[in-house]
Amino acid sequence: MTVTADLARDVPFTIGGHTFQSRLFVGTGKYRSNEDMGRAIEASGADVVTVAVRRVPLDRGREDGILHYLDPKRFFLLANTAGCYTADDAIRYARLAREAGFNDFVKLEVIGDQETLLPDVAGLLEATRVLVRDGFKVLAYTNEDLVTALRLEEAGAAAVMPLASPIGSGLGLLNPFSVRTIKRRLKVPVVVDAGVGTASDACLTMEQGVDGILMNTALAAARDPAAMAHAMRLAVDAGRAAFLAGRMPRREVAVPSSPLEGMLD
Amino acid sequence: MIEVVINGERRAVPVDTTLLELLGSLHVDPRVVVVEHNRQIVRRPELERARLSAGDAVELVHFVGGG
Repeated sequence: MTVTADLARDVPFTIGGHTFQSRLFVGTGKYRSNEDMGRAIEASGADVVTVAVRRVPLDRGREDGILHYLDPKRFFLLANTAGCYTADDAIRYARLAREAGFNDFVKLEVIGDQETLLPDVAGLLEATRVLVRDGFKVLAYTNEDLVTALRLEEAGAAAVMPLASPIGSGLGLLNPFSVRTIKRRLKVPVVVDAGVGTASDACLTMEQGVDGILMNTALAAARDPAAMAHAMRLAVDAGRAAFLAGRMPRREVAVPSSPLEGMLD
Repeated sequence: MIEVVINGERRAVPVDTTLLELLGSLHVDPRVVVVEHNRQIVRRPELERARLSAGDAVELVHFVGGG
């Protein structure tokens, strides 16, 4: 049986009432060129693509914005609140993003520390409550703490996005146990966001049973972003298929694979 | 002329300038930006009615690459 055939029987991947085809979400930051970005997104097979909200540069004449390179009819634009350090700022950015008119989803980030970019969970919970009341579908970027994830779900988050490791670090999945526990305990989708560096990281992450992965730097900073995007696409599928297949139990001792009977005297 | 603050920069604009006129003078396409006027989002149909007063703060934002 092929991986494709196995995945065809997978449950649909739905967040906030919207069903997505690919379990791989990709960012659009830090590419060496918009052409590199376009090729990488194409190779990734992603339908969800994240974007940030920033000031329009003044007096620079007409510049092609990111939407010149991303067809909003083809891709689901998921705006983030990257760079926000307070709940109020994140709420403001989310409302501006929604006004752009594409959807009412937001990837909510409230950052608490400049060096690690780890989330401020108090601010995150507060912003989640306000934005959910305001009609947003909140995808909350958080650390790999179960209790915070549970509180975000109670606050109405449409999905919870625990990190694999810090944003842009490429350190891979540092705490598989915590991510697996979060997935086991939450009812809403769990999409791991940040820290994946290469294909094996993505595969290992998907093997924990999570619903999807969002990555940016792993593609943008690869020597060949489109080739890495292709590898990530295969790794996400492989990890998902392995999870659905159910891995063998781990043992601390060897168990022979060949029969013990029939050995020569 | 009156002084207003646009994306954090002080700018002089004619009295009674509308937000739509402001966008035109900056060569910014109203379809690709979101406008915040004194912390309130201004929807596109309202841009031609909203007028600037001295000291107003305007933010013009759009989507850029991000993760």
